[in-house]
Amino acid sequence: MSELTSKTIAQLRDGFRAGEFAATEVAEAFNAAVVAGRALNAWTVETPELALEAAKAADAARSSGDLKPLSGIPLGIKDLFCTEGVDSTTASKILTGFKPTYESTVSGNLKRAGAGMLGKLNMDEFAMGSSNETSAYGPVISPWRRNDGGNAALTPGGSSGGSAAAVSAGMAPGVTGTDTGGSIRQPAAFTGISGIKPTYGRCSRWGIVAFASSLDQAGPMAKDVRDCAIMLENMCGFDPKDATSLDLPVPQWEAGLSSDLKSKRVGIPKEYRIDGVPDEINAIWDKGIDFLKDAGAEIVEISLPHTKYALPTYYIIAPAEASSNLARYDGVRYGLRETPQGGNLDAMYAATRAEGFGAEVKRRIMIGTYVLSAGFYDAYFTKAQKVRALIKRDFAEAFAKCDLILTPTAPSAAFGLGEKMSDPLAMYLNDVFAVPASLAGLPAMSVPGGLDAQGLPLGLHLIGKELDEQTVLNAGLAIEERAGFTARAEKWW
Amino acid sequence: MSVSEKEVRHVAKLARLALSDAEIDKMVPELNNILGWVEQLGEVNTDGIEPLTAVIENHTRLRDDVVNADPLTGGGVRDDILKNAPDAQHGFFAVPKVIE
Repeated sequence: MSELTSKTIAQLRDGFRAGEFAATEVAEAFNAAVVAGRALNAWTVETPELALEAAKAADAARSSGDLKPLSGIPLGIKDLFCTEGVDSTTASKILTGFKPTYESTVSGNLKRAGAGMLGKLNMDEFAMGSSNETSAYGPVISPWRRNDGGNAALTPGGSSGGSAAAVSAGMAPGVTGTDTGGSIRQPAAFTGISGIKPTYGRCSRWGIVAFASSLDQAGPMAKDVRDCAIMLENMCGFDPKDATSLDLPVPQWEAGLSSDLKSKRVGIPKEYRIDGVPDEINAIWDKGIDFLKDAGAEIVEISLPHTKYALPTYYIIAPAEASSNLARYDGVRYGLRETPQGGNLDAMYAATRAEGFGAEVKRRIMIGTYVLSAGFYDAYFTKAQKVRALIKRDFAEAFAKCDLILTPTAPSAAFGLGEKMSDPLAMYLNDVFAVPASLAGLPAMSVPGGLDAQGLPLGLHLIGKELDEQTVLNAGLAIEERAGFTARAEKWW
Repeated sequence: MSVSEKEVRHVAKLARLALSDAEIDKMVPELNNILGWVEQLGEVNTDGIEPLTAVIENHTRLRDDVVNADPLTGGGVRDDILKNAPDAQHGFFAVPKVIE
């Protein structure tokens, strides 16, 4: 990484303001890193001209004293966000060539805050996946490698895999991700960076391609906790265009950062000690407990009795909502159209969807359509919504005893590309620690905790009370200060 | 519960997905595997539990009842809406003939 591309958002912002370098120099350095990093396949679209344009505006604003919070900061945007005039593909063939005539609220908020856009980031198709291997553009390759000398290509995690790889490889100082069942936190853990999913409703979903509407939530991924706070402040906010948007002021999370956790109680859920999880995961969890104790927190054991049922609940609700949301891809209004010779309108719908969707998306549409179909709706979907209510109640009861919950982020370090693709259920288990917080709509964050024996990053996962992102960020900062995680992927690309 | 090949074909039709025979053959065991796994929810006693519909408490809001209350949904954006259509004619979405 060059000197500029190794800096955090806070360092870039402050250095730019102090006149140490120009915004155009920053944009040029990251644009060059994007080109140099093409072997990682992290981007679906590169927009160096947009990054430069925003940088020029930032340089002009600096001379006129009219700076905005993110002036001089170029960012990467996950390809799930609609960006005006720029291809938005959600890594699916079905949206090939789709250029929205509007901007998603979140990416628009970042633009208005002065940020530039380096490009759109590769991801699992429609955010369905935990390894980035379902992308129609091919998998993202993690910049990290095992220290066994084998050079196996590893997953950066998913679905925000391009986002994670871009930050960890120094191609962007910060990026947007989205998290439906762990899609910000698991890739952050796999690549040694930080990422937070705020309370459901903090970020507007307007203009973000919908996967599972009751779960989807945008959030930032960046090198450290402070950068996450800075980005989150500029992404959140009430939006009348999203009926689930929360009409609440956005707290000043960066100003509120403090790693002093005195008077905070941290809950350790006993149900998260799962059989078959590698010892290294439990060891990093124990280390996290020590970090938080050292920061002044009191550790209490808590119980989340329905933890075991979170994944099966998720794999009913998310595909059900997806099957409904993805009904709009029919070849009429945007994207791909396939018309079989002599076929009628129904044949066009079915052929377009068969051609445009990949295997995992089809599988989830089928599951979702089945669990919503007449005769099975109550047995599956209503039942899952009831269990979801119990999972949410578990958290409410736990938070009567603690202010925050600490768990590992994922049940393993990054795995090799192709290792789990043949077994959908094994892949789904990746999100075993992340999914419960999503079902409950709670803010949750992953921060790097350390390395495993193979030299790969492991993440620690913090779950907060609803709307209490500040405590999550503060505990993240406490871990960051104590873990002293400075490891970076060695440049091979 | 397990799904048969016939049921999978029916679901594919409901989902408007043209699946090949090979895809159906592959999907039957995959769906059964996943459905068998989610059936463990049957162990959970949910008597008297209301299904969760809103994960974070929120208020239902209404837009002002006026044309162009929201410039993005209030009309006058026909060309924008048609811009990405695979086929648009005379200001409409065009589709294969449905009426003889």
